[in-house]
Amino acid sequence: MFSNFPATPPQASSFSREHDLIFYALLALTVIFTVMVGIGVIYFVIKYKRGSDADRSRPIYEDARLETAWSVIPLILALIMFYFGTKLFITMRVPPADAQEIFVIGKQWMWHVQHSNGVRENNTLHVPAGKPFKLTMISQDVIHAFYIPAFRAQMHVVPGRYTTMWFTPTQPGKYHLFCSMYCGTQHSEMGGTVVVMEPREWANWIENGGQSQATLTLEQSGERLYKQLACNNCHGAEDNMRAPSLYGIWGKKRTLTGGRSVIADQSYLRESILRPHNKITNGYSNTMPVYDGQINEEDVLKLMAYIKVIGSSVGGPSSSGTDTAAAVLNGTKGTMSPFAANAIQYQNSSMRRVDSTPTTRSGELAVNAIAAQQEAKGN
Amino acid sequence: MSAIPADPNVTADSATPRTETNYLNADWSIKSWLLTGDHKRIGILYLVTVSFFFFLGSIAAGLIRYELTAPAGFILESETYNKVFSAHGIIMVFLFLIVAIPAILGNFLLPLMIGARDMAFPRLNLLSWYLFMIGGACIMGGMINGGVDSGWTFYVPYSSMYANSNVTMVLTGIFIAGFSSITTGINFIVTTHKMRAPGMTWFRLPLMVWALYATGVVIILGTPVVAVTLLCIIFERVFHLPIFSAELGGDPVLFQHLFWFYSHPAVYIMILPAFGVQSELIANFARKRVFGYHLIAFSTLAIAGLGFLVWGHHMFISSESMYQGVVFSLISFLVAIPSAIKVFNWTATLYKGNIRLQTPMIYALGFIGLFTIGGLTGLFLGCLGTDVHLTNTYFIVAHFHYVMVGGAVTAFLGGLHYWWPKMTGRLYPESIAKWNAVLVFIGFNLTFFPQFIVGFMGMPRRYHYYYFAPEFQPYHIMSTLGSTVLALSFIIPGLYLTRSLTKGAKASANPWGAHGLEWETSSPPPTSNFLQIPVVLDEVYDFDPVTEHEQDKAAQALEVPSYLSNEAKSIESEKEKR
Repeated sequence: MFSNFPATPPQASSFSREHDLIFYALLALTVIFTVMVGIGVIYFVIKYKRGSDADRSRPIYEDARLETAWSVIPLILALIMFYFGTKLFITMRVPPADAQEIFVIGKQWMWHVQHSNGVRENNTLHVPAGKPFKLTMISQDVIHAFYIPAFRAQMHVVPGRYTTMWFTPTQPGKYHLFCSMYCGTQHSEMGGTVVVMEPREWANWIENGGQSQATLTLEQSGERLYKQLACNNCHGAEDNMRAPSLYGIWGKKRTLTGGRSVIADQSYLRESILRPHNKITNGYSNTMPVYDGQINEEDVLKLMAYIKVIGSSVGGPSSSGTDTAAAVLNGTKGTMSPFAANAIQYQNSSMRRVDSTPTTRSGELAVNAIAAQQEAKGN
Repeated sequence: MSAIPADPNVTADSATPRTETNYLNADWSIKSWLLTGDHKRIGILYLVTVSFFFFLGSIAAGLIRYELTAPAGFILESETYNKVFSAHGIIMVFLFLIVAIPAILGNFLLPLMIGARDMAFPRLNLLSWYLFMIGGACIMGGMINGGVDSGWTFYVPYSSMYANSNVTMVLTGIFIAGFSSITTGINFIVTTHKMRAPGMTWFRLPLMVWALYATGVVIILGTPVVAVTLLCIIFERVFHLPIFSAELGGDPVLFQHLFWFYSHPAVYIMILPAFGVQSELIANFARKRVFGYHLIAFSTLAIAGLGFLVWGHHMFISSESMYQGVVFSLISFLVAIPSAIKVFNWTATLYKGNIRLQTPMIYALGFIGLFTIGGLTGLFLGCLGTDVHLTNTYFIVAHFHYVMVGGAVTAFLGGLHYWWPKMTGRLYPESIAKWNAVLVFIGFNLTFFPQFIVGFMGMPRRYHYYYFAPEFQPYHIMSTLGSTVLALSFIIPGLYLTRSLTKGAKASANPWGAHGLEWETSSPPPTSNFLQIPVVLDEVYDFDPVTEHEQDKAAQALEVPSYLSNEAKSIESEKEKR
């Protein structure tokens, strides 16, 4: 129940624990003093309410010792809290020498992030766990603030001067990125996601120019899909009881039930994937499910590309990464509160008047980055 | 208080005939109100106009709260939402909080409390109301004619170069209203120095007067700075004079320094008079001299002074230097101490008192609780390490509402009830008012406590949408529920107080049996306040809880009906016996 009703932000950077310790210490002080004062007030009000028979003789009006005590004790407590707060603050403001630099540009109403190897991203920030990063930030127009609650890190982004913040992410996951300094009409939508990845995964990501996985060829995607849809369960390397093999089928003549024959071209393959019952290969019965409406045209193209080369060595085993990408994409689903349904419905129905501008909160992939990287390689 | 008028025959007491001319019925013409120099009438003018502005500001607050129940809003467009929260902030800060206690209660009470016939500069006082009205009209005009969407803080370069709304007109209004504050401040200071009745030494002053005096000092030192700063925005906006905007060669952070140099002390303009009201209420309803009178008086001045040295704690993450941050944090922790002292002293005042739980006292007790929470949560924000996470979130929103609404508004309502019989000559219905005071406390906590949690979770303030963070929604719904209760608890007093103007029982000169010069003249007071200037011979808050308790007992023994619903009557009868 409480996972749907969180009351604390996730702890995802090296500052989070220390920050929360100080926070809870202050909270304890607040509760203790409020309860003390509250009990004092209620006790006195009950005891000395008009008409009660309490002893009211020799009241005190000034008492130097008492007043010194309740000036000095809070003062000492305050100075202790000041010490710990300042210690954490100085840590937060002095980046370690080995921190890797990332540049951030704020503008109405988007965040533009530039990694040191040239990878660029908008409204997202991908960082690996366990490595210190220093953000050097500047605004192109008004004052913004770069705020990652899970990192307990926040800093103004000011036009005309660089500001810096640093952090070491600790916990892989997806976290909110907010602009927390009011900056105009779409202030609340200027933000996105900070993705903390496993170091190896991030290394892949940054190496591939900001893609979660290496760009797959159409055939490779097709092969993956072929396995995902379990086509290979029936359509194996050899013809079997259930289904004919598709190895080397491309361009061949196929004999159908009833003696008619067709050439296995694109139209035939597409139809046989989507509506297999229309043209059944001679000797087989109608057992394959209908995929019409189950997969889209893009997937059909992928499958077709794979089937063209099936049996040859082109569609080799692909790199891992899809699983992580899927995990990242679905990252928040597990903890979604009932209230989320509301929000998502809205988001889907109306992602929306601002859709065409670059200011949406969509986690836009850094397509430009690939071009930039290739350009760099070419030089 | 043992203030003995020179001629005992003119002592204004409960026997004062009702037909006597007072400041309200002296002249009914509109002209006599609009051209009045009487501080009491000016106080009433302020009460009417400020209540109107409070109503407008509350409507804006309600719109914000209802809009935020849904993660993607359902009433307003983003641009409208931004204009609404700006309107809420600007109206509540500049047209309500800064004026409420000083200009309404302060204007009405200061001369009465020190035994003077009027403020030192009555015409300046009237001018201050007109300046306030002109400023208010400009602000309203700007809001109607295009609105303003820069927030009440007017951060540059958004306000000077980017906002497409009517910033200039609203700034002009605030600039003009600032002079209204300044003239009020001058009046407070000069009046306190020069117009005290014979025998009214500094340490016989009610703590309310100390608070108003300190407020006057803060107003005079701070307001000119913000006036000049806002003027600079107007110049930059209209003439592109390069001052703050980086693209013109200015420095946007300089604006924040200048703005908070005023706006932090402005917090004390709002809360110091509330401390004053609080001290009066606690003393008069605990029937006991305020514990540590001197310490409270000095801590008031200490807060006023130190308050000018902490502005940088609004800017820990604004790119001010790290070392600056450390110094400002240290001083911010220090300024918390005088506030803590006050809370302890008020609590200690209750010890061995003879406590009457009437409406103003319930507000005063609520104030202690809410201000304690408001003050202590301020430590989270003065503490550097935690401020980095909490600033700009709903945590800060909750914190300053605990201080401003839980503190200043609660004290204002308590004070308004306490001095209502003096101001209007009528009593309000006690039992409904009592329950309403409890309702304010409940509604307030329901509204703002969830905001601490959602702020800690990272919900930034001034956010219209949060569909990308649906985990915030439950807290917004709770907060909106609370704000509905709170709104109701503000409407109810509006109704019964207005009704009491005509239907309320007539008030005697001193319905509470309170001490203070203002209670020694009739209710409502004559235009000249006192028929004869009183001479003060003794300390303020000269109560004797022991004797009073014995008298209560004696009165019971004599079978004075204790069930009289109007407690004021029994106090009166007891007073006559004495």
